[in-house]
Amino acid sequence: MSIDQSNAAKVAKLARIKVEDDALPALASEFNTILGFIEQLNEVDIEGVEPMVSVEPMRLKRREDVVTDGNQQDKVLANAPDAREGFFAVPKVVE
Amino acid sequence: MSDLNKLGLAEARDALRAGDVTSVELTESCLKAIDDADALNAFVHKTPEIALERAKAADERIKAGDAPSMCGLPIGIKDLFCTKGVPSQAASKILEGFKPEYESTVSQQLADSGAVMLGKLNMDEFAMGSSNETSVYGNAVSPWRRGNDDAQLTPGGSSGGSASAVAADLCLAATGTDTGGSIRQPAAFVGITGIKPTYGRCSRWGIVAFASSLDQAGPMTKNVRDAAIMLEAMCGHDPKDSTSTELAVPNFEAMLTGDIKGKKIGIPKEYRMDGMPAEIEKLWAEGAEMLKAAGAEIVDISLPHTKYALPTYYVIAPAEASSNLARYDGVRYGRRAQLAQGDGITEMYEKTRAEGFGHEVQRRVMIGTYVLSAGFYDAYYNRARKVRTLIKKDFEDVFAAGIDAILTPATPSASFGLGEMTEADPVQMYLNDVFTVTVNLAGLPGISVPAGLDQQGLPLGLQLIGRPWEEGDLLNTAYALESAGGFVAKPGKWW
Repeated sequence: MSIDQSNAAKVAKLARIKVEDDALPALASEFNTILGFIEQLNEVDIEGVEPMVSVEPMRLKRREDVVTDGNQQDKVLANAPDAREGFFAVPKVVE
Repeated sequence: MSDLNKLGLAEARDALRAGDVTSVELTESCLKAIDDADALNAFVHKTPEIALERAKAADERIKAGDAPSMCGLPIGIKDLFCTKGVPSQAASKILEGFKPEYESTVSQQLADSGAVMLGKLNMDEFAMGSSNETSVYGNAVSPWRRGNDDAQLTPGGSSGGSASAVAADLCLAATGTDTGGSIRQPAAFVGITGIKPTYGRCSRWGIVAFASSLDQAGPMTKNVRDAAIMLEAMCGHDPKDSTSTELAVPNFEAMLTGDIKGKKIGIPKEYRMDGMPAEIEKLWAEGAEMLKAAGAEIVDISLPHTKYALPTYYVIAPAEASSNLARYDGVRYGRRAQLAQGDGITEMYEKTRAEGFGHEVQRRVMIGTYVLSAGFYDAYYNRARKVRTLIKKDFEDVFAAGIDAILTPATPSASFGLGEMTEADPVQMYLNDVFTVTVNLAGLPGISVPAGLDQQGLPLGLQLIGRPWEEGDLLNTAYALESAGGFVAKPGKWW
């Protein structure tokens, strides 16, 4: 499976990373090098093998569904590039 | 006492408790060494005020006879750990200005054990790299040189600043993190000890996430005893990390007897690679001989899926990274790109992430996005997770057959020059992790121990891989190897 420029542009869009048009050929070529390396996995017989979902066989712990933390609005907003009136501020989302 | 910064943790601890030295003296000695070593670019955020304040508190505790295990010992913290009120950027432009309102569990535990934080250490951006060349702070530089050649060498990566700082005696020890070899490869490149514990030993809470099913923190130290002391302080159950284990943490230092009689050490044939330098082959054979002379039994073993570990890693790690790094959106923390008139929220995300992420990070996020995207999920991501099951089973099989630890080279080469790999394709750089990455995929503990110098006078390391949760036994085997090898070389000071 080889990636062309339009695939590369689609991936960049999905990843929400702006890539200029003139950078797409080099990006597509890098993807193909890495994916070519990954293709080796097709040699492995994986018939009947379960995908690994947990490094150690364990069930994630459960806890009561209650608030354990909170009332830290100022701390939550302290690192925001743009915070106003107790909220994160972003460009207009809905027209 | 002079040159206090050159002490290891155990030596300094004993000197502190004997009253021969104070933590303030130790800390001042390290702060001076740090200020003299800007050429190494290891410490990227210095915190002398915090250091001296903690050192004074530690001296009080020692005087009062209430000294916990690392009381008064000055260390460096990798920039990947969130440290309250201190810049924590994961060496990325996208986290410029970020000062966490909280402390990572591991750095908090170290502080609770009395350790003194000297500052934050350079690394590859988001821990993605093997040479510390992807950092927004610029390259960290190894204190080692090839003889009289003044070319700058890499301290390895991603924990390159940690490696450089410990090898150059800027601190007594440092924290690292290891997703594919990022503690063990840099440790090997600069002639120090680095251990990645079993997945789940150290809490990941407050450590900037790269690939959550592979990331583990660990110590980078001047010797194996120091690794045992510091690892114990870093480990333990944390309810804030759902994959953190509830197992008790043993006294690792007390397990360092050096007695490995009857232990079975496996030598995996698949780690003998085409084109491996003869020096590495020789070092590996010598390591096996030393363990044998100490009473261990050397057994040839097979880990048949080794060859597929790197390609598996380069599906799973980018997939998890693309998900973890989705949080850097220019809204909640860090840096937002300057927007043009009329730009909406999508342009904000795309411009912020294009400006904020470096090239390697962008590449991995996009590869991860691709392997997780509709139509390719089964072909790439699910296939890789199945091969990962087989890689883990390879290890389970040899441990079930009675193997106690596995001996391999730590890296396929000695340190290389900064910039030397710039023209190589990304896969060439990824090969640095060929011996270490299997251990992360299987969740096992692995330790890199300095074992010799190559013809150019650069350090080479050997890796020991242990059974899950048996870091104590692994450290003891490493201790036996260290004692037999007698590695004492240090870089000559040029900086």
